[in-house]
Amino acid sequence: MTASGNQSKIQHISMANSELKKRTVVIDPVEPAVTPPPATSDTAFLKKPKLGTGRGKKRDIPEGLWTKCPKCENLIYDKELDANLKICPKCEHHFPIGARERIHSLVETCSFEEMDPEMESVDVLHFTGAASYESKLAANRKSSLLKDSIITGIGQLAHHRIALGVMDFSFLGGSMGSVVGEKLARLIEAGTDKGLPVIIFCTSGGARMYEGMFSLMQMAKTCGALAYHAKKRLPYISVLVHPCYAGVMASFASVGDLILAEPGAMIGFAGPRVIKDTTQAELPPGFQTSEFLREHGLVDSIVARKELKDRLRSYLDFLKPDPTPS
Amino acid sequence: MKHHLDFEKPIVELQRKLDDLRTHPEMHSLGISFEEEIRLIERELHETKRQVFSNLSPWQRVQLARHPKRPYTLDYVRSVFTDFSELHGDRHFADDRAVVGGFARLGGDRVMVLGTQKGRDTKENILRNFGSAHPEGYRKALRLMKLADKFGIPIITLIDTAGAYPGIGAEERHIGEAIAVNLREMMLLEVPTIAAVIGEGGSGGALGIGVADRVLVLENAYYSVISPEGCASILWKDRAAASKAAAALRITARDLLELRLVDDVVPEPIGGAHTDPLAASVLLKKRLLHHLAEIRILSVEDRQRLRYEKFRAFGRVHEPLAAA
Ligand SMILES: [Zn+2]
Repeated sequence: MTASGNQSKIQHISMANSELKKRTVVIDPVEPAVTPPPATSDTAFLKKPKLGTGRGKKRDIPEGLWTKCPKCENLIYDKELDANLKICPKCEHHFPIGARERIHSLVETCSFEEMDPEMESVDVLHFTGAASYESKLAANRKSSLLKDSIITGIGQLAHHRIALGVMDFSFLGGSMGSVVGEKLARLIEAGTDKGLPVIIFCTSGGARMYEGMFSLMQMAKTCGALAYHAKKRLPYISVLVHPCYAGVMASFASVGDLILAEPGAMIGFAGPRVIKDTTQAELPPGFQTSEFLREHGLVDSIVARKELKDRLRSYLDFLKPDPTPS
Repeated sequence: MKHHLDFEKPIVELQRKLDDLRTHPEMHSLGISFEEEIRLIERELHETKRQVFSNLSPWQRVQLARHPKRPYTLDYVRSVFTDFSELHGDRHFADDRAVVGGFARLGGDRVMVLGTQKGRDTKENILRNFGSAHPEGYRKALRLMKLADKFGIPIITLIDTAGAYPGIGAEERHIGEAIAVNLREMMLLEVPTIAAVIGEGGSGGALGIGVADRVLVLENAYYSVISPEGCASILWKDRAAASKAAAALRITARDLLELRLVDDVVPEPIGGAHTDPLAASVLLKKRLLHHLAEIRILSVEDRQRLRYEKFRAFGRVHEPLAAA
């Protein structure tokens, strides 16, 4: 290609984090645009262990009920994992957790009023690649039991009414298209109108390529909504969850008054492989982990999943304006 | 390096023929007069240009947007604006040379002009990092925009980047945060703002200086969430399928206007901006002045409201209940 000859040496990344490796995907092959970053051994998740050596004949343990922890390599009974907020009871490794489960762990029983539960993505560009966007959406709705990659609503966290958005990586890799942007904009605006704090749990491979520029513009839309929320001096807390990359990191995830992260999450703008390919450099140890980001000044605090609710409550308590003396 | 694209070949050849004939009039065909032959070739050249450029594929537009002879930000800064006075640095870490900016005048009026800057040759490309900014570039841009906002100076950003830089330092200094903060802060600027995509509009790296009252895109520029090559390697498992991806992503100026994702398309001289940079700058200046005049007369509140409403409306969703 003639015109870009002098650029060919450099690889650029886009908001749809294109070159994240697919090795560790939970769900069946998704495009890397919406896939998690390459996992080091301690971020690989939900790899079902190969069990038994009995040539598959007489297995003591039925397949699918156990999960091997990628960090400590112990076998964990799935029910135990579910009962423990998807945290390894042996080593505290945080496995991905679904949006509904997460919400359940944060808000008071029956207090959550979901917003826009029926909202669905539209194939606005009539996008057809190897598979059509329509078929991808259909397959992901079925496999994830979600309408899209975020759930939003108003709920009660202890004594605080909050506007809560929780992304779910199991739907098209948590990618952000119009639905994520629209649901978040409405959530944030509701927070602004009702004077509520906004809390968003962010996990995403980036913008959703299938919606082209509509996806990119959700970055500006969500940040714009947050600008008006901030103007009213209302708290916004962003919680970064494994993995969180690209367009989401370059928008609402990065502008919290407080930015928290779960331990061991992979967080960044460009995926490690893109960076490696572009720079030909060795990546520093722990690159793009929560701990690395705290070290480099982006993350206020790393908070274990089980402590998140208490921590959020205490921040909200602290940020609540003092009652004006009468 | 050859400086023309494959589809430009017939045009380049005719142009060469015309130039040869003009420098060596004695070469003209014997049957007709010199003037007549010149006229014939000129007509053919015009017709060929018209044909080639009225039928460009999206991928050909992308190639034009990346044309090594295409005018870059500083070229327009010199040709569209006057009295440019460059300002440097983000006041935190460095002066990112992939972003340039400073005071200037547009039609006599004060403006802050800034944009991403590519290099013309290898040496300059190293200095400019091929037009891919680090976090410092976005923070420098924001510093200049805040400066302009403080003194009521309208802001014009010129966008020409394949994308923000994916590097270790960029991650360590949080390029995502730098872009995100710009998106938020640009939404509430009080002064009139115009963003123009003059070449490549590479994803978040472009959007990071692209939130404005008016977003313009040049006729042969593109603006995309992902590079066509990146999209091709994901969806077609083949970077060579970039032409298909370029079409599927709807990234050309015409597509973007049709989808109402940009406010205006700035025409280029036939053959593309690189064939007549001066004419291109005249066309750009005209549109900038036009839009600036329109947004200037609005109140600060109206400008901010309209800006937010515009970006707020982007996106298409389906809501079964609301439809019922
Ligand atoms: Zn473990």
